[in-house]
Amino acid sequence: MAKRVLIVDDEPNIVTSLEFLMQRSGYEVRIARNGEEALEQVSAFQPDLILLDVMMPLLSGYEVCQKIRENSAWQDVQIVMLTAKGREIEATKGLALGANAYITKPFSTKELLAKVHELLGGTV
Amino acid sequence: MSLKVKFVLSVAGLFTFIVYIIGTCLLIIWYNLDSAEQALISRILIERIGIIAIFTFFLLVGIGSALERLFSIYVHATRLHEETRLILNANPDHRIIPAGPSETQQLAHIINAFADRHQDLKIDVETRIRSARADLEEEKDILAALMSELTQGVLVCNIEGQILLYNNRARQLFNYSTDKLTTSRGGGLVGLGRSIFALIERTIIVHALEHLHYTLRQGNGSAVSHFVTTAKGGQLIRVSMTPVHHKHKEITGFVLTIDDITHRYEVNNRKDILLQSIVEHTRSSLANIRAAIETILEYPDMGRDHLNLFTKIIREESIALSTQLDRTLRETGEYLESQWPLENMHGSDLISALQRQFTNKLNVQAHAEPVDTTLWIKIDSYSIVQAMTYIMRRLRDQYDVREVTFDLQRSGRFARLDMIWYGSPIKAEVLHAWETQALVTNGEGTPLTLKDVAERHKGEFWCHTDKQTNQAYFRLLLPIALPEPQLELTIMPQVTPESRPEYYDFDLFNQPGQKPELDQCLLTELTYTVFDTETTGLNPSEGDEIIAIGAIRLVNGRLLRHESMEQLIDPQRSISSQSVNIHGISPEMLQGQPTIEQVLPIFYQFAEDTVLVAHNAAFDMRFLQLKETQTGIKFIQPVLDTLLLSAVVHPSLADHSLETIAQRLGVNIIGRHTALGDAIVTGEVFLKLIPLLAEQGIFTLKDAREAAQQSYYAMLQY
Repeated sequence: MAKRVLIVDDEPNIVTSLEFLMQRSGYEVRIARNGEEALEQVSAFQPDLILLDVMMPLLSGYEVCQKIRENSAWQDVQIVMLTAKGREIEATKGLALGANAYITKPFSTKELLAKVHELLGGTV
Repeated sequence: MSLKVKFVLSVAGLFTFIVYIIGTCLLIIWYNLDSAEQALISRILIERIGIIAIFTFFLLVGIGSALERLFSIYVHATRLHEETRLILNANPDHRIIPAGPSETQQLAHIINAFADRHQDLKIDVETRIRSARADLEEEKDILAALMSELTQGVLVCNIEGQILLYNNRARQLFNYSTDKLTTSRGGGLVGLGRSIFALIERTIIVHALEHLHYTLRQGNGSAVSHFVTTAKGGQLIRVSMTPVHHKHKEITGFVLTIDDITHRYEVNNRKDILLQSIVEHTRSSLANIRAAIETILEYPDMGRDHLNLFTKIIREESIALSTQLDRTLRETGEYLESQWPLENMHGSDLISALQRQFTNKLNVQAHAEPVDTTLWIKIDSYSIVQAMTYIMRRLRDQYDVREVTFDLQRSGRFARLDMIWYGSPIKAEVLHAWETQALVTNGEGTPLTLKDVAERHKGEFWCHTDKQTNQAYFRLLLPIALPEPQLELTIMPQVTPESRPEYYDFDLFNQPGQKPELDQCLLTELTYTVFDTETTGLNPSEGDEIIAIGAIRLVNGRLLRHESMEQLIDPQRSISSQSVNIHGISPEMLQGQPTIEQVLPIFYQFAEDTVLVAHNAAFDMRFLQLKETQTGIKFIQPVLDTLLLSAVVHPSLADHSLETIAQRLGVNIIGRHTALGDAIVTGEVFLKLIPLLAEQGIFTLKDAREAAQQSYYAMLQY
């Protein structure tokens, strides 16, 4: 069965690329446009990996991440944080709050795919 | 009787005396002779009576004229004495007209010559003084003009924190919202002889002074210390402190230049937000473009629809990027270069500042894990302390957390400050709501928000639970500073030692206002007025008077800086230079100040319904008591004396002067010998004594009064 990837970002232009990339890599993809929607999708869609943007209105990526990790049922889901905030201190915060990887925008799509594959155990 | 008559009478008396003596002698001889001899002698004498009479006459005239000459010298000497005295004391222009014998005439000439020389010298000195004074006046005028033109506030203080000089700008800055206490007499908070600690938190000044001491010792002549704080009116001010010091590097005072940076800070803040948004926008637009173009390249087989979609994205994002850049360039021009001044601080100093603050302001017990002594962080300590206090206050009120542990550790290039407690962590959305509120509580703090403070420090914070220990923590990541050498303990120049006698002709223990309800109150729950007076001398019953009262309110274990008063008082009598040396208040400072009759009612109001606290309270109370009949004001409330309470806590130690117990209890003693400065030190000492008293089972006001009374009797017996 194909692994599931949830893309959480409020910017449609990046979502388009990410969606295409993930689908072409053979993953099943869902989109969430904000933090609230992301939390709903996490329980509805049961993703294996989440591409999570930090900068979103209302509920930030940090808060979404923290909420996901608070739920013991969702400990195994892989979280990759994508953010335009590029400072080391923010990465530290993201990882401390439970993210598995922290990728700064702009990123190389190859590296992103490599990271996603690695986190999902190399199988598609 | 004129001198002439006196002279004639005394000469006449002298002659009578001579005649009497010689006559008596002759009479005795006469009666011892027989009649033949008597007849012979009378015949001889009668025959030569003419010669005898002539010689007697010349003898008398000779004696008389000799006497007359001697007398004349005496008369002229007396006159010289009087006239010289006249020249010396009353009229330096007077000159003696030489008269009488030549000796006195010569003396008169010499005295006149001296008088001339003395007068010339005096005129010369006066001329010089006048010209020097004119120079000084001119310099003073230039200085005053210069200072009044400055857009910065300038305050010059001595090491005790008394204001010696200030400009208008400083007065405007600090007299933003004067309370009725001071405005009622037309004076503001800024005034000569007033304490700087009414304007700027004492601990900040102490902190800055210590930094200056350190830099001076390192041999750097141009030491300046900067800090940012809030003025009473809520403005954000940046203060530069320059030491006034002598060759021996001993600081005798300091100059504060003060900038109102509220506006600049806002501008700076906007600039920062803007910069942040440029970076983030650019990054995310670039990310969108890069992802799109890389996808196109990676999948050359993609359909026309997808290809169109991705090229459209690239076009849109490129346009967005240039628009953003144009807008930014337009806007950034407005903003000035300005820095948020961060100072290097020793990690353990921050922790102890936090612990103090938590105990004093929040009544929260804060423990601390050992701190790495080489850890320095680059922060504005005041705003960090305010931020942590704000979090703690919310934690206490909303999560009922009463006890926390601080753990400050190095974590890569950051310092990790954890505040740990047992219980649930702050929910993400709650923290989200807190972080955008101003850090102001009870009029204290800064207008900044938690988010601002973190951003200013390029730091981050979050709240989480440690899975292993099941403890919640609030974590603040801060940049580490380059290590600095260990700051030596600074010893401030010694102030004049405590000089008041510890005497007790005032009965502290039987105040009429002692009520059972009050007596049962816990020491930690009472409201106090801690006060101190400066006086002209040590003996109120011999006419010494109060010349300054300083007082500060102590509520819930906190000294309220904004609820303080300080007033100079015209004693309507002279002040001894000895006492001026102690308190530094000169008679000029007291001119035009209100009298004790005007000030006592204000102090009475200020202290009403509170327990009075003073060091060696009997001394101050005695002064107040002696004014009772004059002013009709009686201070009947209970009184606590830090001197006696210190003796309760440390009965075996002999010295309980304020200086010594402050040092013993770790209270910094800068700012002594201004009334408010002493009151603040006394207040801090009292706060330190409360937990020590509790260790001895002294909890209530009654306990404290009784213990103090016992230790008083013990001291008497000793």
